[in-house]
Amino acid sequence: MAGEAELRLREQLSRLRSLPLLRGAKLSGELERLQKQLDRLVAEPSSEEIWRSVELARHPDRPYTLDYVERLLDDWFELHGDHHHGDDAALVAGLGRFRGRTIVLLGNQKGRDVKERTRRNFGMAYPEGYGKAMRAMDLAERHGFPIISLIDIPGAYPGVTAEQHGQGGAIARSQAELARLHVPVVACVIGEGGSGGAIATALADRVLMQENAIYTVISPEGCAAILWRDAGEARKAAAAFKPDAAHCLELGVIDAIVPEPAEGAHTDTDEAARLLGDALAESLELLDGLSGDDLRRQRRVRFRTIGQVPATR
Amino acid sequence: MSERIDVSIEHRHAPAEDGGKPHPNTCPKCGSHYRDDELAASLYVCTQCGHHFPVHARDRIVQLTDEDSFVEEAAELRSDDPLEFFDLRPYAERLSEAELSTGLGEAMVIGRAAIEQQPCQLAVMEFGFMGGSMGRVVGEKFVRACDGAAERGVPLVSVTTTGGARMQEGILSLMQLPKTVCAVEDLHDAGGTLISVMAHPTTAGVLASFASLGDVLVAEPGALLSFTGPRVVQQTTREKLPDDFGLAESNYRHGHVDAIVPRPELRGTVARLLRLFANGR
Repeated sequence: MAGEAELRLREQLSRLRSLPLLRGAKLSGELERLQKQLDRLVAEPSSEEIWRSVELARHPDRPYTLDYVERLLDDWFELHGDHHHGDDAALVAGLGRFRGRTIVLLGNQKGRDVKERTRRNFGMAYPEGYGKAMRAMDLAERHGFPIISLIDIPGAYPGVTAEQHGQGGAIARSQAELARLHVPVVACVIGEGGSGGAIATALADRVLMQENAIYTVISPEGCAAILWRDAGEARKAAAAFKPDAAHCLELGVIDAIVPEPAEGAHTDTDEAARLLGDALAESLELLDGLSGDDLRRQRRVRFRTIGQVPATR
Repeated sequence: MSERIDVSIEHRHAPAEDGGKPHPNTCPKCGSHYRDDELAASLYVCTQCGHHFPVHARDRIVQLTDEDSFVEEAAELRSDDPLEFFDLRPYAERLSEAELSTGLGEAMVIGRAAIEQQPCQLAVMEFGFMGGSMGRVVGEKFVRACDGAAERGVPLVSVTTTGGARMQEGILSLMQLPKTVCAVEDLHDAGGTLISVMAHPTTAGVLASFASLGDVLVAEPGALLSFTGPRVVQQTTREKLPDDFGLAESNYRHGHVDAIVPRPELRGTVARLLRLFANGR
């Protein structure tokens, strides 16, 4: 399984090593990060480790979007509502200052206690949530603000009113809106990256994943229910479709893995926030010199070429 | 067909002969039964009650396009098995079986065609190929159809019938959503047109990507167009579902599709749209 991603990382690593150390400290941090990612990649995660990621990604004490907002942004101002007919508490959007510059932040938000979980619908967005996200994207585009999008959603809400309000179309249009932007977009999966509900706000220039996050086309339970005809086979399903960060990096779906505190993000929210903040800042810096047209073109190329189809059999 | 005796009343409650699935030529709505040639002649629509039977990709192309105008493209593309996915059976085995049973290389057929002398690009899905699911090859074919349309300056007509993303390709199949979305955006930037025809069913990952991004969205009567299917919604929410949950008619009422077009009128409707987008040419 050690394939293209490993080669890519090794190449990056040797290139960095031979560079004259212009930005000394910064670069050695990068070296360390690459080496770490390489080590993880070489040691392919076992089925147990994959399932552990699933459990950690869903850990009830795992930091959520607003925990990071509190620690990473100054002057946070939350935007509410799609300005058509509803406000979806499962998807937050707002303005804030991140390391000195104004950004727009989008993020899925789960609840901590029963009451909040209900209010936020367990983080499962309605079309109104994507409507709010699109409004915020539009705002960012008009004012040239970069967008940070934090992904943590079990899946878009599967309900009657959600369908009647156009869930599928909302997810499609949210992606289309992201594909049109001339501002930098950085996304990070911080927990569950659940299917269409996740990709709706993850069509970004740089896509990151926390070490113990998962990114899936369907929940392990959903996949097990369909293919194994038994939702109890979720472990097998997870092992088969490999939703962990190391595999997503290997497959070229994400650009980098964001480290977490040793025992998982839930053990030290402050440290997890610091590590996430550094990774987001680094990604934004990488995109800084690019013109709006270049950003948009490269973003589309990125997604058009992910997982290239093999040559004819 | 007038000499045919209507036996639908007698047959309506008759149990299926093999005790399981009803015969594919028996209308699930009214029980009318048809010979193959009768169904083909009626475009696979029940002449008694108007129920729309599923249409295979090749038949759909024949129904929609001018005779001999269709030239298939990218027919050589085949899926591989990037995750070495194995559920109850290996993915590779499911692929070979689908190819054998449908005679198609994948769940989408693309190519150039003409509809009432209007040139266009075509992307037609096949539900019989693993539930019309979208993996990397379906995504790639759709992208090529978009690029072909942009290059030739003709509209793209897509006909979808699909259960969504293909689970066996894991996260790479989810990536087909943004991939096809980016291709539609590129097509639109090039001044191109996408006419999206949604047949039963158009759900999940395909509804949540290119199928919803057409300049015009057309649905067939009775087609299920929902992000989540009724069974999962029922199980998750325990809500009582309306009778027309997720159907084209409900989507029309709630403002998500532009028109519901019965199959016998589809070719004419698409041709009219092609003429309009060609600006009278």
